[in-house]
Amino acid sequence: MSAQDPALARLIDQVSSACEQRTPLDICGGGTKRFYGELPAGAPLDVKPLSGVTCYEPTELVVTARAGTPLRDLEAALQEHGQCLPFEPPRFAPGGTVGGMVAAGLSGPARRALGSVRDHVLGVTLLNGRAELLTFGGQVTKNVAGYDVSRLMVGSLGILGVICDVSLKVLPMSVAMATLSFEWDEARALETLCRWGAQPLPINATAWHRGLLRIRLSGARAAVAAACQRLGGERLETSAAHAWWLSVRDQSDEFFFIGEEILARGESLWRLSVPAVTAELNLSGEQFIEWGGAQRWWRTTAEPAAVRDAAARVGGHATLMKGADRSSGVFAPISPVLMRAHQGLKQAFDPARIFNPGRLYQGL
Amino acid sequence: MLGMNTAVSVPGFDVARAQRQRETIAALADVLPRAAILYRHEDTAPFECDALTAYRTSPMVVVLPDTEAQVAAILKVCHKMEVPVVARGAGTGLSGGATPHVTGVVLSLAKFNKMTIDPVSCTATVQCGVRNLAISEAAAPYGLYYAPDPSSQIACTIGGNVAENSGGVHCLKYGLTLHNVLRVRGFMVDGEAVEFGSLALDSPGLDLLSIVIGSEGMLAVTTEVTVKLIPKPLLARCIMASFRDIESAGAAVASVIAHGIIPAGLEMMDKAMTAAVDAFVHADYDLEAAAILLCESDGTPEEVEEEIQHMEAVLNAAGASRIEVSRDEAQRLKFWSGRKNAFPASGGISPDYMCMDSTIPRKRLAEMLRAIQQMEVKYELRCVNVFHAGDGNLHPLILFDAEDAAEMHRCELFGADILETSVRLGGTVTGEHGVGVEKLNSMCVQFSAAERAQFMGVKRAFDPLELLNPGKVIPTLHRCAEYGKMHVHRGALPFPELPRF
Repeated sequence: MSAQDPALARLIDQVSSACEQRTPLDICGGGTKRFYGELPAGAPLDVKPLSGVTCYEPTELVVTARAGTPLRDLEAALQEHGQCLPFEPPRFAPGGTVGGMVAAGLSGPARRALGSVRDHVLGVTLLNGRAELLTFGGQVTKNVAGYDVSRLMVGSLGILGVICDVSLKVLPMSVAMATLSFEWDEARALETLCRWGAQPLPINATAWHRGLLRIRLSGARAAVAAACQRLGGERLETSAAHAWWLSVRDQSDEFFFIGEEILARGESLWRLSVPAVTAELNLSGEQFIEWGGAQRWWRTTAEPAAVRDAAARVGGHATLMKGADRSSGVFAPISPVLMRAHQGLKQAFDPARIFNPGRLYQGL
Repeated sequence: MLGMNTAVSVPGFDVARAQRQRETIAALADVLPRAAILYRHEDTAPFECDALTAYRTSPMVVVLPDTEAQVAAILKVCHKMEVPVVARGAGTGLSGGATPHVTGVVLSLAKFNKMTIDPVSCTATVQCGVRNLAISEAAAPYGLYYAPDPSSQIACTIGGNVAENSGGVHCLKYGLTLHNVLRVRGFMVDGEAVEFGSLALDSPGLDLLSIVIGSEGMLAVTTEVTVKLIPKPLLARCIMASFRDIESAGAAVASVIAHGIIPAGLEMMDKAMTAAVDAFVHADYDLEAAAILLCESDGTPEEVEEEIQHMEAVLNAAGASRIEVSRDEAQRLKFWSGRKNAFPASGGISPDYMCMDSTIPRKRLAEMLRAIQQMEVKYELRCVNVFHAGDGNLHPLILFDAEDAAEMHRCELFGADILETSVRLGGTVTGEHGVGVEKLNSMCVQFSAAERAQFMGVKRAFDPLELLNPGKVIPTLHRCAEYGKMHVHRGALPFPELPRF
């Protein structure tokens, strides 16, 4: 990536002057995840002009794309060669970008089986708060030269720097898939998933909601066929199953819809990330359980403290995805020792504190 | 690359060091039993180096705690006195990551050897001194195992694996240490307890677990690790394929991946390496081949059957001159025995060898091998090659005699040339062995001054006084300037921007 590139040169200028004048910047891509995290603040820094897949060689299983590249363009390029982003990044609206995908660090249904965004990031080029263009990691899978700064960017919500390009590990699309459905209550679903998780089965995604467990199998034809036979359940028709998993990934399923009226009634949508083996969490409201039990979406009117407590008690944490009352913070509080490391990193990357101030935590 | 000058010849240094040593021992004696503090030369000698034996420093003090409380207390004492601390596991590291500091304390964590397997959550919570292979052995009764398998797995510890982000022959399919660790518990430099990650799949805030794994003991001290265990594949089979020239072997590697196959392992050995290991373990390798590939499939019997057929077809189409598929587990292990003994076998054919560890894009494998062949002529030294071909990670072993100063010098230049060529081909100077002290110079080549300064910023965010394993991974500006000059002066790199084939 060259600083001579006009789109990049403009970004460097903008960051330089923001740094000099100490004016906060709100790093913007497609704007599809502005609801996520604390409220954005600062002058918009549009990364969209920095766009395009710059290097893609299917035999290397690596793709490099500039931050403003629309996610759909990247996926179309991969699809032509029968490859995909295995972590299934969710899109909450059309127009999401590669940079936003990394900065938010959210992964879709296959996360537990195939890993997260972070697991697939191999390298980044970023602009730090001194407007220096830095490259960390690279385009190879095995790389331990220096600290793994590129993965630190995943889920950082832009507080450390402007992501300019990203190299990602990609995988071939699976040869065979099948979705099975079981009419089971929560306890039985969780208990069975836990047992199956310890066996060599090609389970690629799971979702439980309102008494229905769905399991997506993926892998070699023979393996999927054998697992279908062994696990039983009812097999869903292929295209319907595909559409349904997309609705889970993108949260377009009805469960995830929370309009103004519902928000006004005090209902919130929480994401609870807990150890997968956690038994039923008896919170009031309704839940949608993914990742073999490790990700539990919760629609509830419960107090934030009660939700946070329920997650923390089992060794997990809760994030407020949608809710009118954000007074207790979007992300779970972290220990003072971890917060000191966060503050040290902020100081190291963005000493003038210009990037996305407060988007992750107050004071960062 | 080899031979680091650790003798400090400032007048009065020895006196000052002896004084410092006495003070440190006195302070540590308040928090540790006397038997857990070593300082006499004969007691500390085993800690002078890790597996990179060319670099030695006599540690000022070695401590052997056996509780977390003691680790915290040691760190507090050292932090207060501003004494550097170098954490150490089994000392199997190949890059000098555990080389002692001349006025520092070596924190040996070998006594932390307890573990708990939880077959329900498929996790193991293990103390940092537990050996990598011991985890899989303890998990085996439950049909589970820990996937990362560095070649040193019978000896290396999980704490060291976390420090180095270790890989192994199966990481193409199953990932590195990073992908298989959920949580790291340990201590910050000032002795405060800390946890990175959790038993859930993610944690709030910045992903500090990612930066701590692979940080070579420079950001925090690890005492306990929770790792993922995965169900043991029901079956594994391995294909051994021979190729008449290295170009077609390199192309075969790319072709396997291009056909949508992710083998459980995909390894390459060149002819010289094959001959050396076959003499060492009698693995029945094809000694006529210019290169051989080991290509493994694992999973359910149905999956393996389907994948092995597919692999065979692809390898044949890529011009394999001979293909053999393991009939049973004994034969599969025999195929691997040679690969896993590549390093000791090299020790058998040369007084010394230097192991390189760069990674390049897969498609450049053949080009790299050709370049190494030319370097053998240029530096008048032999080099045998084993590659984790599936992920482009190279382990050229340069053969030399350390008794011969001229050879040792040529070996250093040879190694530097391989690393710089790797960077130029779009790769990195270290794939899995780490930077340590060995590759400090090469970091000058791979990273700009601003990037190195940013690494230092990360270091200070965790360790403002730079007391944890100081002097590793990040070269000073001065060192890089000297390195640049040295190369121009010696004529090895007169025009670093030009291709040098």
